[in-house]
Amino acid sequence: MTSLAQTRAAPARPRLGVGARTATGIAAGTLLLAAAPLYLAPYATTTLTRILVFGLLAASLNLLVGVVGLPSLGHAAFFGVGAYAAAWTAIHGLAGAGALLVGVVVAALVALVAGAVAVRASGVFFLMLTLAIGELTQQAADSWESVTGGSNGLYGVPAPTLFGTVLDQPATTYWYVLGFFVVGMLALRLVSTSAPGVVLRGIRDSEDRMRALGYRTTAIKLGALVFAGAVAGLAGGLLAAQQRLVTPADVGFETSALALLAVVIGGTGSWWGPCLGAALVIVVRDSLGATLDGHGPLALGLLFVLVVYLLPTGIARIRLRRAAS
Amino acid sequence: MIDLLRCQDVQHRYGALTVLRGVRLTVSAGDRHALIGPNGAGKSTLLKLIAGEERPSAGTVHYRGRDVTRDPVHRRARAGIGRSFQHSTLLGSLTAAQNVALALTGGRLLARHTDRRHRAEVAEALAPVGLTDLADVPAAALSYSQCRRLEIAVALAAKPQLLLLDEPAAGMSGEERGGLVELLRSVPPTVTIVFVEHDLDVVFDVATRVSVLHLGTVLHSGTPEQVRRSPEVQQAYLGGRMEEVHGEAGGA
Repeated sequence: MTSLAQTRAAPARPRLGVGARTATGIAAGTLLLAAAPLYLAPYATTTLTRILVFGLLAASLNLLVGVVGLPSLGHAAFFGVGAYAAAWTAIHGLAGAGALLVGVVVAALVALVAGAVAVRASGVFFLMLTLAIGELTQQAADSWESVTGGSNGLYGVPAPTLFGTVLDQPATTYWYVLGFFVVGMLALRLVSTSAPGVVLRGIRDSEDRMRALGYRTTAIKLGALVFAGAVAGLAGGLLAAQQRLVTPADVGFETSALALLAVVIGGTGSWWGPCLGAALVIVVRDSLGATLDGHGPLALGLLFVLVVYLLPTGIARIRLRRAAS
Repeated sequence: MIDLLRCQDVQHRYGALTVLRGVRLTVSAGDRHALIGPNGAGKSTLLKLIAGEERPSAGTVHYRGRDVTRDPVHRRARAGIGRSFQHSTLLGSLTAAQNVALALTGGRLLARHTDRRHRAEVAEALAPVGLTDLADVPAAALSYSQCRRLEIAVALAAKPQLLLLDEPAAGMSGEERGGLVELLRSVPPTVTIVFVEHDLDVVFDVATRVSVLHLGTVLHSGTPEQVRRSPEVQQAYLGGRMEEVHGEAGGA
């Protein structure tokens, strides 16, 4: 028995080695994050929750920006649609995972419709189309009062419940968000590091060549956009569960721009880098911004300029560069 | 017998500029068909029309007896039309091996290109162009001539029935050209090749048919020997260069 198991395991070992190291890293990171509420104050825990939500949004945007090469200025549209759909569902009696699922599906559908138009363009044209899609979505959130609550937003979103427990404490909300954050991040990692990820990078490098090799690049790009939109919708659903309130600002340009900022700061080269960028953006905007007498955006601008000049490949590269040398 | 490729009265305009004015081209299975002619004769445009990157303004393209004039690029690629690019469009951030692997898996998004069978096929594709040791180097880090060779490895790895090569020898040294000729000669006859090339040594070493394009029309089409002897071809394009080739052919 043992010898059979050994012979079967032996050839796979070199590949398992790399996989095992990544898996250990992911498990360690998850454990560290899971333990955070035990040593953090409730306010810090809430900030960390916000970072997870925004990090998932930034990481889903990075699938478009960093992997497929589609810079989007309207990614908050899918985030916001997911948030509204989940909040509406929760208010109408289905809180928790069911609301998240509705958020994901509705965001994916909106991404499908928006993407059918947008993926035919590229470069600046794609940027402009996504900007328009984001603005349209925000307008809809503002004016479709019977569903979205207009400029007041949707408030009084019930806290999610899990196994009969209402998750309304900072720590319980955090763990709830963390659970789905991990699911979303693993899904993004699966797509960007596996075989389809190589195809997506190929399209980024040369769409002409990929077409000449037989790839239906327009359809594949649309698929990537729908997937990224769905994950953004998941992040939106988590936002609704945490913030218990969704407003048109969550759909708008500022959220999209901050997500893109997080991607640039964190670096487009890795699937987790944008989360670091998101953490910096949230900390500077929410915590540091409050002490700067409302000059948070200024601090963000300075941070952006510094990172672009000093670390053009993003802060996630610092560690990698050191490890390589 | 049905011709593998037939272009009928193909015309193409870019705005006011007419690049092709009624080209007829017939390619039989197994041919190595060279397209030669001065710059601006429309050779690269003709390749693009065959590959599907451009649609002709008039005329039809038939491939394996079927009208493919309106088919998109990826559909023609899946039907067996492969091509290399004149200006390298290799996937820079991906390794040489990944560039080949994406060609091997022929347009399938979910194909696994990391398993053992694929690794063996990738190695098989890289060996003849001498890139075995550079398999895991990103294409962006390869030298110009290495890129040209990878370009050909990728084109062959897609296992096309009709292979379109746009100036495969461009920028290669004399020695590398020799290697290229050898490589092209070793391509099995099941693969038909249509290639644009300026280097006449490569053309006459590889081609079984030659078409001369001039000002958007086919001036002459025939065996290399017929083309060499055609007075109008010599006058229009080959000129003094022809004597050199004659001399070499006579000496060999």
